[in-house]
Amino acid sequence: MKLSSAVRLAAVAAACAISPVHAQSGGWEPTKSVEFIVPAGTGGGADQMARLSQAIIQKHNLMKQPLVVVNKPGGAGAEGFLYVKDAKGDPHKIIITLSNLFTTPLATGVPFNWRDLTPVAMLALDQFVLWVNAESPYKNAKEYVAAAKSAGAGKFKMGGTGSKQEDQIITVALERQSGAKFTYIPFKGGGDVAVQLVGKHVDSSVNNPIEAVAQWRAGKLRPLCVFDEKRLIYKEKVTDKMAWSDIPTCKEAGVDMDYLMLRGIFMPGGVTDAQRDYYVELFKKVRATPEWKEFMARGAFNQTTMTGNEYRDWVAKTEQRHRELMKEAGFLAK
Amino acid sequence: MAEITSLLHGFGVALSPFNVMLMFVGVVLGVIIGVLPGLGGANGVAILLPLTFTMPPTSAIIMLSCIYWGALFGGAITSILFNIPGEPWSVATTFDGYPLAQKGRAGNALAAAFTSSFVGALVAVILITFLSPVVAGFALRFGPPEFFSVYLLTFCAFVGMSKGQALKTITSMMIGFALAAVGLDTVTGQLRLTFGFTELLKGFDFLIAVIGLFGIGEILLTLEEGLAFKGARAKINVKVVLETWRELPRYWMTSLRSSAVGCFMGIVPGGATPASFMSYGVAKRFSREGEKFGTGQVEGVVAPETAAHAAGTSALLPMLTLGVPGSPTAAVLLGGLLIWGLQPGPLLFQEQTEFVWGLIASMYLGNIAGLIVVLTCVPLFAAILRIPFAIIAPVIIVICAIGAYTVHTSMFDVYLMLVFGVAGYVMRKLDYPLAPLVLALVLGDRAEDSFRQSMLLSQGDLSVFFSNALVGGLTGFALVLLFWPVLAAGLRKIRGG
Repeated sequence: MKLSSAVRLAAVAAACAISPVHAQSGGWEPTKSVEFIVPAGTGGGADQMARLSQAIIQKHNLMKQPLVVVNKPGGAGAEGFLYVKDAKGDPHKIIITLSNLFTTPLATGVPFNWRDLTPVAMLALDQFVLWVNAESPYKNAKEYVAAAKSAGAGKFKMGGTGSKQEDQIITVALERQSGAKFTYIPFKGGGDVAVQLVGKHVDSSVNNPIEAVAQWRAGKLRPLCVFDEKRLIYKEKVTDKMAWSDIPTCKEAGVDMDYLMLRGIFMPGGVTDAQRDYYVELFKKVRATPEWKEFMARGAFNQTTMTGNEYRDWVAKTEQRHRELMKEAGFLAK
Repeated sequence: MAEITSLLHGFGVALSPFNVMLMFVGVVLGVIIGVLPGLGGANGVAILLPLTFTMPPTSAIIMLSCIYWGALFGGAITSILFNIPGEPWSVATTFDGYPLAQKGRAGNALAAAFTSSFVGALVAVILITFLSPVVAGFALRFGPPEFFSVYLLTFCAFVGMSKGQALKTITSMMIGFALAAVGLDTVTGQLRLTFGFTELLKGFDFLIAVIGLFGIGEILLTLEEGLAFKGARAKINVKVVLETWRELPRYWMTSLRSSAVGCFMGIVPGGATPASFMSYGVAKRFSREGEKFGTGQVEGVVAPETAAHAAGTSALLPMLTLGVPGSPTAAVLLGGLLIWGLQPGPLLFQEQTEFVWGLIASMYLGNIAGLIVVLTCVPLFAAILRIPFAIIAPVIIVICAIGAYTVHTSMFDVYLMLVFGVAGYVMRKLDYPLAPLVLALVLGDRAEDSFRQSMLLSQGDLSVFFSNALVGGLTGFALVLLFWPVLAAGLRKIRGG
């Protein structure tokens, strides 16, 4: 046995002995600081989740090496994905994804695919809710869509984040379901969209719960329906009268459409199973903390989690669904 | 008044020894972050955010917001000493700050910059204290057409500034617009002008262009001119602060105007960078000594610094009341609020009284702490200019390279910075102004987005820019400023008979 590998083995053994927590992770653990890539800007949903994870890991001492959050938002996240794709075999990089894992390569033709990466774990799914201004007369999704339809094509304005991404995909799917035609106005961030809706510059939005909840509680916005198959599980009152669980699903409201956004962790391709399992375990511990649970409730997340083959299959299926939805909408890159 | 009581209570919260210590730590860290080009307030706050996770929210926001104040102060230092803006909003400070340093008045320029930053912040904090509900409602009236008219106003306030070489100004601005168009287009979701290079996906970052054009370009020029900083004669004396203070009251009108511009741009939220440009342009237009701007006028430092700090401070107002960040740093702080379990938005002021008023009180105290820290260091900063060029130049280049690297942690950006450096040198040799390029690069894509969003809203009807009193007034004012030289000449002719 060569000396260097003997030393390394001894080091690993020592590490396992010191910390029983890491012993379960199959022997591998990071040997230097880990980069946590966010393929989106600072302050957005993915960024918040990444920084919360970082804070939880630090507070509960879940990792010996530091975890550093790095934003690489260029080209709708393509910058971050290409960076991780090029780091093949590097176990010291992880990336949190949103729907741009699928939409960016499909819409822009930038050469990457989730198959270039190693799926680690699904952390949660983010919901979408159809919102209108609280002063508007529409009490449910059916009324609103009917009004949009009878007003004529393009008269109602839907605000959303980015172009050819999840918000616009939902809008197009909603149009196909209902026959109404909206003018879609893309903005840079979800918070901007919520305020534009409060200021009545647009008629509706499909903000994530966490982007619009403050305005809802203040009585400025009204949720019409949630784009999921089941109602939200959070029964605690958010406003005086309503809890998240009181919002009907869009299907109940007569608009048969569901869409959820992946919040999941990937690694570069070509890493070993032991390396992947280390992060699977790590995020399992993160999810078990009270801070994480509180964050889930505040943002009304769908707490489905998956790992291993189940996760891989889910990602493959979801990619196919995006391909179909975007093809119908005419968003595929030529 | 209820606000006064709440504010006094807030001072009680903010003045605990632990919080005061955090305030000074934050300010010093912030100044360092502000001095390093590239490592902006947003990055700095993001890096330190997890540290605050275990603190009480009020202490955490006090420390982080003090980093923000520190960065606002610190950005001016390298602008004045080396013509390298440490932060985007201090680009306009270089226009008169650096000439002042070259004349041996670096101390005055620094003292003026810090003092007017403080004045700007103070005006903004008073506004936040007493008028936040009213002002928050005002921000809601801003849709895409209103935003476009604000950007148009910034361009128009600035464009007539350079005299004589209209063609060169326009060329420079058009290059800026072209660079701003590279990368992902928000409205269509398509990549533009990347020519298949993945490095160009993220577009040209304003900071890298500025570090190269100003910093590296300046070093190249100095190399050619005989390896000496002209500012070496700078007085190193605490008296310089008092001397500057005696001079400042003369510019009260500029301060007032710049504070107003800054607060307006912060609340809208247009941001600190456009505010500083707009304020400089407006001050030049309306000052009695406007002709001399750019040659080293203290007034030319007062205007952008007051506005930048007023905007930077009032940018926290839409964040707290609406949950919309007025600046990139505010965006990170917003994420922090959520992590600490607070919900920014209309109810924050009612539900988290202690937090909100603690924060507002810390805005007063943090700025005082910041002013003390930076003013006592003025002689020290000015002394840097006495270091021989042969030693300081390599240090500056290294700092610039680190700065360019930290923007996106990418080596490509460092090479890009060098290319911009050469471009900056050539442009200055050929007498092309750099400011219009920088302004177009920082505001070009935002102006374009809001214009195209407006066109989507109005279905292609340009009259949307005159559709109500607010947007019509802004657009009208912009056009008046743009054609002011022509109008003024016309008026003179009529009067002259």
